[in-house]
Amino acid sequence: MKNDPKQDPTSTPNTVPTFARRQFLGNVVATSAAGVVAATSGVNAAAAESTQDAKKPSALPPSLRGIANESGEVPDMGRVGGVAGSDFMVDVIKTLDIKYTPTNCASSFRAIHESLIDYGQNTAPEYISCMHEESGVAMAHGYFKIAGKPLMTICHGTVGLMHATMGIYNAWCDRVPVIIVGGNDTDSAYRPPMVPTYHAAQDINAIVRDYTKWDDAPVSLQHFANSFVRAYKVAMTPPYGPVAISLDLGLQQEPVHKKGGVLPTIPRYIPSSPPQGDSGAVREAARLLVQAQNPLIIADRCARTPKGIELLIQLAELLQVQVVDQGSRMNFPRTHYLSTSAQAVGKADVILGLELSDFWGTVNNYTDNGEYEGVGTQSSKLQPQAKLISINAADLITKANYQDFQKFQVIDVQMPADAEATLPALIEAVKQALTPDKKDLIAKRGELAKKAFAADFAKTQAAAAVAWNASPISTARLVMETFNAIKHLDWSLVASEGNVSNWPNRLWPMEKAHHWIGRSGGFGVGYGAPASVGAALANRDLGRFSVSIQSDGDLMYAPGVLWTAAHHKIPLLSVMHNNRGWHQELMHVQRMADFRNRRVNLGQDMGPIGTSIQNPDIQYHELAKSMGWWAKGPITRPEDLGPALKEAVEVVKSGHPALLNVWTQPR
Amino acid sequence: MFTFNRSIQFGASLVHTTKPTFRSNLAWLSLCISLLFSAQSGFAASAEKGRENFMKNGCWQCHGTWGQGGAAGLRLAPNPKPLAYISAFIRNSNGPMPPYTTKVLSEEDLGDIYAYLQSIPASPDPKNIPLLNDLK
Repeated sequence: MKNDPKQDPTSTPNTVPTFARRQFLGNVVATSAAGVVAATSGVNAAAAESTQDAKKPSALPPSLRGIANESGEVPDMGRVGGVAGSDFMVDVIKTLDIKYTPTNCASSFRAIHESLIDYGQNTAPEYISCMHEESGVAMAHGYFKIAGKPLMTICHGTVGLMHATMGIYNAWCDRVPVIIVGGNDTDSAYRPPMVPTYHAAQDINAIVRDYTKWDDAPVSLQHFANSFVRAYKVAMTPPYGPVAISLDLGLQQEPVHKKGGVLPTIPRYIPSSPPQGDSGAVREAARLLVQAQNPLIIADRCARTPKGIELLIQLAELLQVQVVDQGSRMNFPRTHYLSTSAQAVGKADVILGLELSDFWGTVNNYTDNGEYEGVGTQSSKLQPQAKLISINAADLITKANYQDFQKFQVIDVQMPADAEATLPALIEAVKQALTPDKKDLIAKRGELAKKAFAADFAKTQAAAAVAWNASPISTARLVMETFNAIKHLDWSLVASEGNVSNWPNRLWPMEKAHHWIGRSGGFGVGYGAPASVGAALANRDLGRFSVSIQSDGDLMYAPGVLWTAAHHKIPLLSVMHNNRGWHQELMHVQRMADFRNRRVNLGQDMGPIGTSIQNPDIQYHELAKSMGWWAKGPITRPEDLGPALKEAVEVVKSGHPALLNVWTQPR
Repeated sequence: MFTFNRSIQFGASLVHTTKPTFRSNLAWLSLCISLLFSAQSGFAASAEKGRENFMKNGCWQCHGTWGQGGAAGLRLAPNPKPLAYISAFIRNSNGPMPPYTTKVLSEEDLGDIYAYLQSIPASPDPKNIPLLNDLK
């Protein structure tokens, strides 16, 4: 019998109070039930009292309220006895200096919730109230990309974790660490019936195992301590990624026990070193780059830290190689003359890909033209003899089910390793491989790159000027009016959702790591709003100004995060790219109709039925106001945008979030 | 590079396509002849109707309501390419742009759309737009 201390191998009656957690739970339920009966049936309560009178002491102990009235203090009732298991869990979490826990509350983690805010004094981590688990995960996702430190989010084990899954998939694809803790009342013999049982599972982590790096379900407090520190370590070893810990409710609620006479301990966290490329492969990559006539570097998630940007500049300048920054991170300054566009791929004889999410898509064309029985045509962009080099830590965590590993591409030198950690060795190898006869070639490449950079930028400016005075407002105008309002601040673009023709990356002088934090990773819509709030939380602590380009469709998946931002006073300027539709899907349906030689059915809207967000138009500014934001809109005339931005910037500088609902062109 | 949720990638190809892709030279030749003929058939094109058709037929979705282009479609205006060129592209595109047959978009409607594109005013000189130059 588990509740018999004599037979319970975990109990140590001589050293700590023996306590069976399910007995405790049963007592709580029984006490509550008795309370309900007494309150609702005076007759029964009186009868019960008469049978108990003989056993009562002459003076009953004072109630909590009575004590509080007399002493001003509420004493510890000691119902649990000893130290609560969830208090120990908080001790473990505190060793890792996790600053916030963006979480939507739920009964399966009520014990650790209480421990965090009371025993833990609601600091490190501070509880951030979320209205949706997906928002909590995406906030942690955005936060990490600014702070470089992971957050923990807690979910109700089954239904809450189901809500969280899309956010977890985005974090997985974007190689971002998030510590996901799921409450679960595992013990079916003792857990309450009905809702708690609906919300319990044998293995809650099963639904996220395909897109987390590691997970566990601890069965003792020592097991929790070991696994939580391990989870943090796994998440924070490149390639980064989300991890999941199932947290048994009984384990949270039971007191700390000694086992073998020893209380649980907390292991130290010591970071692992990131995996570096094989030295032979590094030398071969350097040889190919030095020998190439027209090499090219393409970076996607190369710069994990600001140091990664410095290293990439160093390598590019050493060889005067142009760099394409695909933008999943801020990898290379947009103002550098070696910065170029993807069109350079077709001219290169050696391509070095650094943490590319899709190498195949980088060096091949796919045209959705209905050919090949509807699947579209595919063709290579590459020169016939082009050599490909890849350094990518994601190769180390390839799984089978979800296809985030993308289409297979043959690579000549493939290093399953962290690019940022490998760059110093590669730079040294290139220096060693360089011979004096390359000096002129390298210098000439640099001169050509300077001219090309100036010409490309002039073309981009000209393209931005087209439809400058259009209403709805052009995306170029939206983006440049926004930049003009913030350029004098230490700004950070924390999301750009809904596709604004990539104008920020084409025109804003992005140079620092926090100027741009990349996209969602898995392209799951609904990331932008919560991730920008999470990133803004990190920027708030660093004294920076956060701005997001917020699309309409993205916001409506979980708009409750607006309340979270207002409630926790997270300053963020959210400029809406409100094109009043799910524009990507709108074009797909139009495309299908054209391929099938049919007129598309628009219904009463501007786009094909099912793809517009119109009739009625959503008043996003009113939605934001209702949740405590300063907001204005709809802004439809370009001349009204600048003044509204000026007002909004002042609000954000005062520490509050502000939203502008701007009607925009589709892209 | 652009990739999109729940969908294939096609934005980058659209942006970087500079020439229409035609199924065959023969088709191109025959269309040029037929379009030259239709261009001389004499219907009066209306920019106002053209704007309606531009919206109704989904042109705005990739090219913007002013034909300015963007991540998903080429710039069409101001100063559109000749009608024959645009017509051949629309009827025979085998690239990212889906083809529109006369069943979906009549010659008359296309002529009106062209009139609308011609009516779109010239863009301001980017050198005269401070927001595109004062970037520091």
